[in-house]
Amino acid sequence: MNSPTSGSLTSLSLAEARDALRKRDVTSVELTEAHLDAIAEARVLNAYVLETPDKALAMAKASDAKLAKGEGGPLEGLPLGIKDMFATEGVRTTACAKILENFVPVYESTVTSHLWRDGAVMLGKLNNDEFAMGSSNETSRFGPVISPWRRSGSTAAIVPGGSSGGSAAAVSAGLCLGATGTDTGGSIRQPAAFAGIVGIKPTYGRCSRWGVVAFASSLDQAGPFARTVRDSAILLRSMAGHDPKDTTCVDRPVPDYEVAVGRSVKGMKIGIPKEYRVAGMPDEIEALWRRGAEWLKAAGAEIVEVSLPHTKYALPAYYIVAPAEASSNLARYDGVRFGVRVPGNDITEMYEKTRAAGFGPEVRRRIMIGTYVLSAGYYDAYYLRAQQVRTLIKKDFEDCFDAGVHAILTPATPSSAFGIGEKSSGDPVEMYLNDIFTVTVNMAGLPGIAVPGGLDAQGLPLGLQLIGRPFDEETLFSLASVIEQDAGRLTPARWW
Amino acid sequence: MSVDAATVRRIAHLARIAVEDDEVERLKGELNAILDFVEQLSEVDVAGIEPMTSVTPMVMKMRQDVVTDGGIPELVVRNAPASQDNFFLVPKVVE
Repeated sequence: MNSPTSGSLTSLSLAEARDALRKRDVTSVELTEAHLDAIAEARVLNAYVLETPDKALAMAKASDAKLAKGEGGPLEGLPLGIKDMFATEGVRTTACAKILENFVPVYESTVTSHLWRDGAVMLGKLNNDEFAMGSSNETSRFGPVISPWRRSGSTAAIVPGGSSGGSAAAVSAGLCLGATGTDTGGSIRQPAAFAGIVGIKPTYGRCSRWGVVAFASSLDQAGPFARTVRDSAILLRSMAGHDPKDTTCVDRPVPDYEVAVGRSVKGMKIGIPKEYRVAGMPDEIEALWRRGAEWLKAAGAEIVEVSLPHTKYALPAYYIVAPAEASSNLARYDGVRFGVRVPGNDITEMYEKTRAAGFGPEVRRRIMIGTYVLSAGYYDAYYLRAQQVRTLIKKDFEDCFDAGVHAILTPATPSSAFGIGEKSSGDPVEMYLNDIFTVTVNMAGLPGIAVPGGLDAQGLPLGLQLIGRPFDEETLFSLASVIEQDAGRLTPARWW
Repeated sequence: MSVDAATVRRIAHLARIAVEDDEVERLKGELNAILDFVEQLSEVDVAGIEPMTSVTPMVMKMRQDVVTDGGIPELVVRNAPASQDNFFLVPKVVE
């Protein structure tokens, strides 16, 4: 099955593969087989929790038939990986949770149905933290994902970030041309930064949440992972769009984001928020941030210091709002309508045993915190106050944008990727601090993109984040492509 | 604010999660670590600030109150751990 070009087929960008398919230089079946082979050789990474080769080849054949007639959608014949948070009809969807281990949806999520409408090919389902709760992909019931990246001179296993760790690892290692992710507090941008690829969380409401396993409904958004800015623009155009089945999904036209890639950023005002210069920030992160600002300045943008005074309260407010919403959303897993059931003497005991056995420790912890902050007597002190703080966080950004700032540049993460097991002390807050730069964006519903900025001294990728005005993803693609041109593409040395 | 062992048990029951006796101390520590962390919100002046209810300004969408789906009971119960005649089966709840 191994065609002589299979290695080069998996290192094409999505845009290059698209153009090659249209010119009939390659078929979708060849492209798909090359990726299936790459997946089989990379099982040690644990990126895929379910491979769907038969479905992939059937979809690829159908795409080739269309392409042969000069037909086909914008993604015709392009093989993608799907995070296991997206319901896929007839294909097991577990959110990487034990409680959903047997769940086979009888419906398709809106976002994935848009991808298939546009001709994409599904390679399989990608690993993630259980119910997308985690920042390292270590809470998955399928076990951790191993990053394709290693520290120079070391064979120690590194986390790919989370929660979309499988998506980030698969895209970085050439196990798909692009992948879907979900981002509630940084779950697209942090793993994209750790894996040296591009990831965008669009504005809240840009992509439908229908058919996506719910974590925290006022924060969850779907978005793409890809190896280039152009590829992520192509994917977002297909994923986005109005859906009457999600009342928070906006009814406004989806721009052709690809046109924004490479567009001039001359005269744009870029804010550098002083509150993101946190205590103990590594020098390398500071240097990366400065370099990013210099690149944008050299491209004609104006760099201004801005203030987002409530930044430090975003993470604590998030750890009230997100668990509160999660405790409500996850009430549905009761062992009655779907999922795993553990029998009990009465219905309450059945619920309690089912949920104790079906949820992992991080999910149980968040449900309990959420239950506590919503309980009688504590609602005002915790939940109401956190939602008030959220209003203030959003206002910080609005003030900035009202003053003429087009986008805000920050580091994507406070450090490069860490080793598996390095942050599993008794204090869950240590892991939560990973999302310190990304979580504000979810709290304010804004779009944010992570783009590779370079490697640190250990040889691990570092990412920059750009935060935009609501529904102005186009500006983010333009700015990110400037950084991409200067920083270049990052590819891990193959060891697997 | 911090939680004691009795509160941990009460929360677990409200959340319908069975907790073994030997888990209570560990959970208490973890929950208190999170509560200590979020405690810093108490220093923010929130007087007169509206709590956020919608992150993007939008009018609630309405649709015609008509049936748009249905007639698929076998699909609805397909993933159920126990069902009979297209009903979900649960332990007896009425004596």
